Amino acid sequence: MEYTVLIVLLPMLTFFVLGLLGTRLKPCASGLVGTLSMGVTAALSYWTAWQYFTTAKIDGVYRKITAFDVEWLRFTDNLHIDLGVLLDPISVMMLIVISTVSLMVHIYSLGYMKGERGFERYYAFLSLFSCSMLGLVVATNIFQMYIFWELVGVSSYLLIGFYYTKPEAIAASKKAFIVTRFADLGFLIGILLLSFYTKTFDFGLLTSGDGSIFSQAAGTTFMGGSAIAWALALIFVGGAGKSAMFPLHIWLPDAMEGPTPVSALIHAATMVVAGVYLVARLFPVYYFQAPEVLHGIAYLAAFTSLFAAVIACVQTDIKRVLAFSTISQIGFMMVALGVSGYGGHAGTGYMAGMFHLFTHAMFKALLFLGAGAIIHAVHSNEMSRMGGLRKQMPVTHITFLIACLAIAGIPPFSGFFSKDEILAATFHFQPVLGGVMSFIAALTAFYMFRLYYNIFWATPAEHEHEPHEAPKTMTTPLIVLALITCVAGFIPFGKFVSSDGADYIIHLDPVIAVASVAIALVSIGIATLFYRKHSPVPDALERRFSGLHRAASHRFYIDEIYLFVTKKIIFNGISRPIAWFDRHVIDGAMDGLAFVTNKMSLAVRGLQSGRIQQYVLVFLCGVLVVTVLVLFFE
Amino acid sequence: MNFLSLFVLVPVLMTCAMFLCRNMRQIRAAMMTGASALLALSVALTFMFLGEREAGNAAEMLFTADAVWYAPLNIHYSVGVDGISVAMLLLSSIIVFTGVLASWKMSVLPREYFGWFSLLSIGVFGFFISTDLFTMFMFYEVALIPMYLLIGVWGTGRKEYSAMKLTLMLMGGSALLLVGILGIYFHSAPEGGQLSMNILDIARNRIPMSAQYLFFPLTFVGFGVLGAMFPFHTWSPDGHASAPTAVSMLHAGVLMKLGGYGCFRVAIYLMPEAANELSWIFLILTGTSVVYGALSAIKQTDLKYINAYSSVSHCGLVLFAILMLNRTAMTGGVLQMLSHGLMTALFFALIGMIYGRTHTRDIREMGGLMRVMPFLGVCYVIAGLASLGLPGLSGFVAEMTVFVGAFEHTDTFHRVFTIVATTSIVITAVYVLRMVGKLLYGTVQNKEHLALTDATLSERFSVVTLILAIAGLGMAPLWVSDMINSSLLPVVEQLMR
Repeated sequence: MEYTVLIVLLPMLTFFVLGLLGTRLKPCASGLVGTLSMGVTAALSYWTAWQYFTTAKIDGVYRKITAFDVEWLRFTDNLHIDLGVLLDPISVMMLIVISTVSLMVHIYSLGYMKGERGFERYYAFLSLFSCSMLGLVVATNIFQMYIFWELVGVSSYLLIGFYYTKPEAIAASKKAFIVTRFADLGFLIGILLLSFYTKTFDFGLLTSGDGSIFSQAAGTTFMGGSAIAWALALIFVGGAGKSAMFPLHIWLPDAMEGPTPVSALIHAATMVVAGVYLVARLFPVYYFQAPEVLHGIAYLAAFTSLFAAVIACVQTDIKRVLAFSTISQIGFMMVALGVSGYGGHAGTGYMAGMFHLFTHAMFKALLFLGAGAIIHAVHSNEMSRMGGLRKQMPVTHITFLIACLAIAGIPPFSGFFSKDEILAATFHFQPVLGGVMSFIAALTAFYMFRLYYNIFWATPAEHEHEPHEAPKTMTTPLIVLALITCVAGFIPFGKFVSSDGADYIIHLDPVIAVASVAIALVSIGIATLFYRKHSPVPDALERRFSGLHRAASHRFYIDEIYLFVTKKIIFNGISRPIAWFDRHVIDGAMDGLAFVTNKMSLAVRGLQSGRIQQYVLVFLCGVLVVTVLVLFFE
Repeated sequence: MNFLSLFVLVPVLMTCAMFLCRNMRQIRAAMMTGASALLALSVALTFMFLGEREAGNAAEMLFTADAVWYAPLNIHYSVGVDGISVAMLLLSSIIVFTGVLASWKMSVLPREYFGWFSLLSIGVFGFFISTDLFTMFMFYEVALIPMYLLIGVWGTGRKEYSAMKLTLMLMGGSALLLVGILGIYFHSAPEGGQLSMNILDIARNRIPMSAQYLFFPLTFVGFGVLGAMFPFHTWSPDGHASAPTAVSMLHAGVLMKLGGYGCFRVAIYLMPEAANELSWIFLILTGTSVVYGALSAIKQTDLKYINAYSSVSHCGLVLFAILMLNRTAMTGGVLQMLSHGLMTALFFALIGMIYGRTHTRDIREMGGLMRVMPFLGVCYVIAGLASLGLPGLSGFVAEMTVFVGAFEHTDTFHRVFTIVATTSIVITAVYVLRMVGKLLYGTVQNKEHLALTDATLSERFSVVTLILAIAGLGMAPLWVSDMINSSLLPVVEQLMR
């Protein structure tokens, strides 16, 4: 299956073509080139998936196939970076997710970005991003993953900062890059540690059963944790950065400054789940070598999820609501991985996490694209500028509603199935955690319907131009994604993806299923009472809990804390003194040396006056002194 | 005549040609011919070298030649190259070539300018091909002196001060170096017999430990000054800020590499025992350089100062890697020399081009230039991304090799300093993005900048050449890395002795 390398190379080629020749092409031509190439890539991905899932099963277990491999850089005999394509259930699943969402976004952008300055640049960056993300998921080794990880970071930076004359966009892109770079430092050190002890970067060797390669690290401990546990924890820091886990989540809401289709692709469906994918990729290592780290991940993710859901309830910018909702949902996936066991029924969490990744990518992309259509129509991100749009935008309305029902966990939409499995796995692991996750699910249903009612019902706002439905290029992707959301829940997902590659049969736990649907319906009911028509209750509640409300609308002041640390401590407290120290102390010492030399030479210059009388005088004095000394000491 | 000597002969001819040229056209023609010849020579040399290695020639130095120069001190003109010098020659010729293109419009005393420029090239190329300590030292001095005039006459700002400071500090370094070299010479035959200046001969004999303890620090610091080692780096910001564009390019791109190359070829290779014993001192200094330079760069407002401090950080990593004293890290160190040379030359070229248009280098007075000069803007972003270590560009390859190599040491001291050095990848991102954001993005700050034009043809040619080299090294690093790595075997064997 060597052709799979084209899945990565084709978007890369498109990037170079559009990047170098883009300005010579007509805007619509470059859009079409990008979209066509992505279409071919998507077709190749589907073909790969078909081939893989029909042929790769041996003895009931999916095996890993290295479809392509080339040595790129050699450090030592054991440690070398290869670039290749690794096919296994999760990478193939990710290929489908990424190429589908990316294709939808490419098509959607033909309408959304029409007439924008830099249209060809936009498509070039989209291609670069697709290439990096596809390269990331098919990585055969952890260093290849790191390489594409960084490329994903840069393409995200370029796309967030697409409107480069807008100060907020520049600041947001910078913030996103630096925060994730900081997390990547952890990732890098983790890789270095892990590879030092295991003597390999290769995923195949790292995750293959017996764990003998970890024996060298046995006994090496640091502050109570084994070396491998530290390495894995640090690697997770990288994942937490990209997947916006607390406290590294601060870049994601700001990243909404980018064009909305970009948010759909990068900041909802693909890049932000890279961290989840990383943990899933190394899952056997986490589970067998450092279960305590895995459990830590679960608790951190649960906290993040709760934290983000609370904030999402009070935001008024629709993209920010969706951004916090994304953080919260990624928390669900991470929790699922964290509580999972390995093999058979114990692996429910793993399967559920991956399933949720899949369904979430589709309905969250749908939500963002729908939000894009709305923003396109009313020229604002603020809820107060919307209301009553269901009549003007029927297609957007219906598709958005489907996505809201899916994320709220109402059957038969896809989100119900995946979220239900996560809750089941969590309850199995730790009932209290399960309760917390159910509460977050309730919050999710509430804030999503708050959003829905505020946009499509409530009181219509005044508009300069009457809002109208989006063009065909934009509604078609919405319809496609909505259809997927309707049917994706019925995919026998466990047949394709499971923790050990063997078949996993999904059984819905009726108690949990009924309870979670009931909770979701109650939350939706509350949201309906509050927001369908104007109601005094939300305002009253806001006044009653004004402290909490204010803190949540300011995102619990985490950004302010970061600003304090970076601006006050690092910039003014460290960098400025160092710059001063360098100019005045170190350089001052050098200048001082020159100054002293200069003065000394001025002082002794008088001796070389050129006046014979003075020389004779000094000479005679010298003779006198020497004579006296000689006589004296004789 | 030996093939390698052409590398010295061509710049000599270029210098002579400057006496004969009558107008700008002739000067440009002569310089372009010479620079292209050098580029062609170094490419040819690379292929010949790889061919010889492929054919199984495992000698430490290839294409050697030897002639007695001054018998009483046993000084020879002896030349030879291994993979590392080949890489350095390739780098130097690319920088000289693009440097000539970048000074296409030099209008003040062009003959003299290009004359000194060629003289400087003689020193650079001669240094990298020499295998005799004294010849090496002579070429080193030949490369340093023209710098004084190039900055003092053709520079900007406080040029006399900067030129004097740079020259005096580097001369201070070479004074230490001269003592070190003579020390090595007088201890080169501990069992009696003919004293030698030849690096290969000296490496075969073991210099007594007492002498190594004395002369290792002298030579290391001597070369380290040129490699911008903390705390002897302060000539670099002032010097670079005042130097004309092509001189900054050549100086940061190649001359600073003389420092790293010398540290490795003379100090470590000839005195491996002392290197093993004393490397910790210099590891502290260079590890500090890496972070200190990067942190200082954050607060600078002058583009050239930002890049100069960034160079302190990147060159610190070169010496840091070499001091790790293992094969992977040293390979990374040499790769970092290549990478930094290309990157910083690109930066200085672009800064020169921007300064030539806006007449300011203060980022607070600029902004929104991306819309005014998209070509230069995009190239600037690429240079920035290379500097912060984006995969696919050269910086990533070098840094990762250094870090993987450095991590082979398991003791706490090395681990701590390695982790300290890795933090530079974050700090670098901070200052690069800050600079790019202020300079290129946003709205145009100064209305006069709206009328500025994008790069001319020669400028484009110069910049594109550098970017191609950076991307080439970044995308297909294996052959360079292998060439360097295989040449490090003798050094590693010396260290294991």
